Amino acid sequence: MKNFFKSGNPYVWLTASALTICLLMICGLVMLIMIKGLGMFWPHKIVSICLKDNVVVLGELVKRESVPYEEDAYRSKLKVGNRDVYGLDFKWINDDDIASMDYPLSAITIERREWGNMYGFLEGLRKDNKTEVVGMDEARELVKESKMLYERIRHIEKKEIGDINHLIEKNRIKLRSLIMQLPSEKLQKKADRVKEKIEALEKTYSEKEALLTELYTEARKKEFIIRLADDSEKVLPVFQVVRMYTPNNMHIVSKMGFYVSKLWEYVSGEPREANTEGGIFPAIFGTVMMVFIMSIAVVPLGVLTAIYLKEYASDNFLSRIVRIAVNNLAGVPSIVFGVFGLGFFIYFIGGSVDKIFFSEALPTPTYGTGGILWASLTLALLTVPVVVVATEEALSSVPRAIREGSYALGTTKFETLWKVVLPQATPGILTGTILAMARAAGEVAPLMITGVVKLAPSLPIDHHFPFIHLERKFMHLGFHIYDVGFQSPNVEAAIPMVYTTTLVLVFTVLTLNIVAIVIRNKLRKKYKTSLV
Amino acid sequence: MKKKSEPIVNIIDLNFYYGDTLALKGINFDISEKKITAFIGPSGCGKSTLIRCLNRMNDLIENVRIEGCIKIKGQDIYDPSMNITELRKRVGMVFQKPNPFPKTIYENVVYGPRVLGIKKKSLLDDICEKALTRAALWTEVKDRLHVSALEISGGQQQRVCIARAIAMEPEIVLLDEPCSALDPIATAKIEDMLVELKKDYTVVIVTHNMQQAARVSDFTGFFMMGELVEYDDTTELFTKPKKKKTEDYITGRFG
Repeated sequence: MKNFFKSGNPYVWLTASALTICLLMICGLVMLIMIKGLGMFWPHKIVSICLKDNVVVLGELVKRESVPYEEDAYRSKLKVGNRDVYGLDFKWINDDDIASMDYPLSAITIERREWGNMYGFLEGLRKDNKTEVVGMDEARELVKESKMLYERIRHIEKKEIGDINHLIEKNRIKLRSLIMQLPSEKLQKKADRVKEKIEALEKTYSEKEALLTELYTEARKKEFIIRLADDSEKVLPVFQVVRMYTPNNMHIVSKMGFYVSKLWEYVSGEPREANTEGGIFPAIFGTVMMVFIMSIAVVPLGVLTAIYLKEYASDNFLSRIVRIAVNNLAGVPSIVFGVFGLGFFIYFIGGSVDKIFFSEALPTPTYGTGGILWASLTLALLTVPVVVVATEEALSSVPRAIREGSYALGTTKFETLWKVVLPQATPGILTGTILAMARAAGEVAPLMITGVVKLAPSLPIDHHFPFIHLERKFMHLGFHIYDVGFQSPNVEAAIPMVYTTTLVLVFTVLTLNIVAIVIRNKLRKKYKTSLV
Repeated sequence: MKKKSEPIVNIIDLNFYYGDTLALKGINFDISEKKITAFIGPSGCGKSTLIRCLNRMNDLIENVRIEGCIKIKGQDIYDPSMNITELRKRVGMVFQKPNPFPKTIYENVVYGPRVLGIKKKSLLDDICEKALTRAALWTEVKDRLHVSALEISGGQQQRVCIARAIAMEPEIVLLDEPCSALDPIATAKIEDMLVELKKDYTVVIVTHNMQQAARVSDFTGFFMMGELVEYDDTTELFTKPKKKKTEDYITGRFG
């Protein structure tokens, strides 16, 4: 035993087991997220269960577990959907109560624009008060048609009416600023012209609205008749259907196709139903853009700070205090940074900017309210210690011999820094940036008070001048997880969404990091120092 | 005895302290123009410290103090009005270990001229060729000028560093044990080159290797414990040393 300890082997075991525990935990976490998340898009089978009291239920089997405090008893959780009818999405069924169970081939799952999924059987179609029998293929055609109509309505609502609203708002502000100036003949004329413009715009607005009403009535004309598990019939407007499919009657290939199309909808679409369904594209976009703005802000600030601290400041009591203070900033709770961002960036700077540049829009704040710029700057402040520390490390790793070589040629300190030291320190600086980006992408608390919202009406980049709208509120994956998982009206139905969103967040951070790592490795190769 | 040319450097009563430790004690001698002067002596005798005083590289070390004066062409280089970067442009230096910048060979050589503000490509090309030719490297690397200087051999790297120093057209070239990290063949090449260099430059070399000093230098200073024990014509010093310590050292009785 003594020899065993003397041989040094126990320390190998100790360190190796520490690594193993870390790896296991990380792998476990990633596996959990992947398994729970990736299953969400798979078309699950519909099971029809006949209970002993002759009640039939229809739905997806979600999980099975032993009944707490009872031996040898199991129960299953069934997603029965039809929230508008039953009130709840889920139902627990004890194994003891089941009389029979089967998977009817004609059972359909319907994804709806409201009220979650519906499970049942397709009975017919009602059009102009006449009922006719339709098959699945015809029904699918109808859904496709209505989808095109839906796209058109969305286009009018979002794009056309959005543009008109944008113009009206712009002209309204122009009018206000004209009125605020001293009244004069010339200005009055101008104001009248703007008023006319607004009136014309409002006219087109009401025209568009009439068109929308018309389209909506047309959309509601056709209705499916769906027979539910308890043989009652339910009328469902075709327009309400996002997707309908018979999972029990699907081939593995068509299931895979279904999976891909749902996955695509998820990463490229917009959220529906209080974020619990549909896609998360705005959140991905918001997260990536925020990380970019943050990097643009934090890298110059952090690098310049570190250069002064390391290269110019003499090593005395004060500089040591400053260094400790900077390092400790990393330990301040992030919500404190959020509060600071709210007070300093939003109220103080944003408020001042509004007073000076956007006074005509007041009391509606432009920059004096949370937005992607302020959120990014708050995060930049939060991550600046990471960049400072990494840059200082990188600067001290540049060999003294290289610096002396440059000084000996009669260069000043700045020339040496700029031409020799900084290029060599770049990989290290990028490492710091990577860490900062990872930290910022996962941060939620400070964002909640500096500009993240549950649902942003428009992206921070669009086709309206000046194209990048840094004052806009945005959506963020981290906040999305919190919101969907803990704030949504139907938390249980949204659980898979939480996992998938987590997966996307992890994946987004990973992608950002890989890009930075590739750049760093290229630079590292270029500046590899191999002193003989 | 070789004819002494005009002295270019006068070192007068030089004392040098690292903190409280006296590293150089009362050094007094002159360095002749367009000759090779070698400093020899056991490790820690102060020869590197002295050579680093000549272009004020010691200023980069904290907590050092200097007394006395060093005059280059009659100008006191420790005078407060002295511009250090100007001084270093006049007094080039090559270090113990090759320290090329992680750039191409070409960029290494024209680094100094670029800092001087020369932008014209043809002029930079000329400077590069001239400097590399003088450093006896041109024929070896002329087809590889845009290869990273870190990819060539140690001896070649050291000659890039020498080319980099002479591309600035300095008056004096200081070499601090330039061959200590190199093999005998690379060393021989650099020694041949040094003899060529002295036609245009004053060369000061610190070396561990007495044979090297005997082979290349015109004058040799022998240092011990921070003192200049003997300074004389190289042949004189190696054949008829006047001091007992010198004789002991060169005959290998210690050191």
